[in-house]
Amino acid sequence: MFPAAFEYVRAHSAEEALSLLAQHGSDARILAGGQSLIPAMRYRLARPTVLVDIGPLKELKYLRDDGPGGFLRVGAMTADMTLERDKHVRARYSLLTDTSDVVADPVVRCVGTVVGSLCHNDPSGDWGAAALAARAVMVVRGKDGEREIPIDEWLVDSFQTALQEGEMAVEVRFPTPDARTQGAYQKIERKVGDYATAAAAVQLTVDEAGRVTHAGVALTAAGPRPVRVDAAERILVGQTLSENLIRAASDEARAISEPFADTRGGVDYKKDMARVLVARGLRKAAGRLNLDLGASA
Amino acid sequence: MTTAEPTDTAETTHRITLKINGRAYKQDVEPRKMLAYAIRDTGLRGTHVGCDSSSCGCCVVVLDGDTPVKSCTMFAVQAEGREITTVEGLGAPGALHPLQQAFWDQHGLQCGYCTPGMLMTSYAMLQHHTDPTDQEVREFLGGNLCRCTGYNNIVKAVQQAAQALRDDQAGKLDTLAAAATGGSQ
Ligand SMILES: Cc1cc2nc3c(=O)[nH]c(=O)nc-3n(C[C@H](O)[C@H](O)[C@H](O)COP(=O)(O)OP(=O)(O)OC[C@H]3O[C@@H](n4cnc5c(N)ncnc54)[C@H](O)[C@@H]3O)c2cc1C
Ligand code: FES
Ligand code: FES
Repeated sequence: MFPAAFEYVRAHSAEEALSLLAQHGSDARILAGGQSLIPAMRYRLARPTVLVDIGPLKELKYLRDDGPGGFLRVGAMTADMTLERDKHVRARYSLLTDTSDVVADPVVRCVGTVVGSLCHNDPSGDWGAAALAARAVMVVRGKDGEREIPIDEWLVDSFQTALQEGEMAVEVRFPTPDARTQGAYQKIERKVGDYATAAAAVQLTVDEAGRVTHAGVALTAAGPRPVRVDAAERILVGQTLSENLIRAASDEARAISEPFADTRGGVDYKKDMARVLVARGLRKAAGRLNLDLGASA
Repeated sequence: MTTAEPTDTAETTHRITLKINGRAYKQDVEPRKMLAYAIRDTGLRGTHVGCDSSSCGCCVVVLDGDTPVKSCTMFAVQAEGREITTVEGLGAPGALHPLQQAFWDQHGLQCGYCTPGMLMTSYAMLQHHTDPTDQEVREFLGGNLCRCTGYNNIVKAVQQAAQALRDDQAGKLDTLAAAATGGSQ
């Protein structure tokens, strides 16, 4: 189907995008990669009357790592594939590359952006859980300047974020991991490029003795918005990872998961997969940290 | 025959120039006109529309030399100013691109409907990845569906083309080196 009629304006700078948003008010929407917005418009699930295209903005296409204590900064027009192909990101950000490897298919990833996905906030989208587990921060610009929003506050509800009228997201920041931080993203899909039947993101930081000092655990497609499994995180922190601990933490994922039944599976099955995928993710992260689960069981 | 136009119009048209395979085509389009249809309306019909909903990859064209995009999921107005390569830009009968030759040699098609998308996605991949494994080829073509061939011959074809392009590149480098040192072959 063709989308409903709309007006198209191309922004030539982020500042111009903001003034176009201000000029057109609540009718205007940002067009980034278009990989969620255009299908939604074609199905007439979305009917924006004005699209502000930020696609050509080179100033929003970047990937910068501050290094220890800082952030990996991903610009609003940086495509998933850019992360995926970046050798530094591949070597240091296991959770992020695991995630970008399974979002949609490669052609979609060449165009779709990480920030666009987080702005869309589909509860079945993969970046939400990854951003929660990695403790990302969204950077949003409006006429009064920039504000930084922790990802937990950003992801408000299904297809709803903390973005306010007249604002645009310019960057997502992921804390730079140290050598003792690793993560993993585990997803069950029916075919390549499908949304998750169930998926889980985990990230762990351990101290020299192998004790978990920081844990991030979150689920995709397990409720009206991507969910953080706080209870699992609390179980993990301060402990040495073991199969027993993994079982206890992943049971919390099953308990908190509230999936919908659909063609991908029933509620019980999906809840159980949330548990299985958190356990697999924790084992994979442990492997990447060279932790021996057997010895401490 | 031109593509059916939407009926509930209430919007301005934009005069755009699409640069396709090095040639400029002017068109008046509504913002909601999909790039796939704008391309086909130039008379270049190699770009196929299969699912028309971003799932099959038949409509893939290459932007700016190395970025594959599903042209059913991009507005024509977005493509203004960018270099578009379609299957017609790869090669012509008698002067096939190594990818086209390889699909021919390996019997990488049956009905051919998916083939332009397969070729363009592979073309984009080979710009970044000159020596892919079979698994990497399969992964990169994951969003391109074929209803008849089965994928084995397509993977073989992409591998043959990758090899041919590497040989060609090596050949070119040899010639350049020879030229630089004043030698001859
Ligand atoms: C075939 C197919 C399969 C897919 N499979 C998956 C999948 O498996 N997992 C998955 O997670 N996603 C999947 N997707 C969705 C898609 O990959 C992502 O949602 C996409 O990358 C979104 O990024 P975008 O840049 O294309 O955003 P757009 O589509 O351009 O925008 C999405 C929304 O965010 C808003 N927006 C975008 N950027 C900004 C900004 N900077 N500031 C404010 N608002 C903004 C837009 O106004 C719009 O409402 C799939 C899509 C397709 C077509
Ligand atoms: S026609 Fe564009 S993806 Fe199927
Ligand atoms: S050759 Fe017929 S769809 Fe692929």
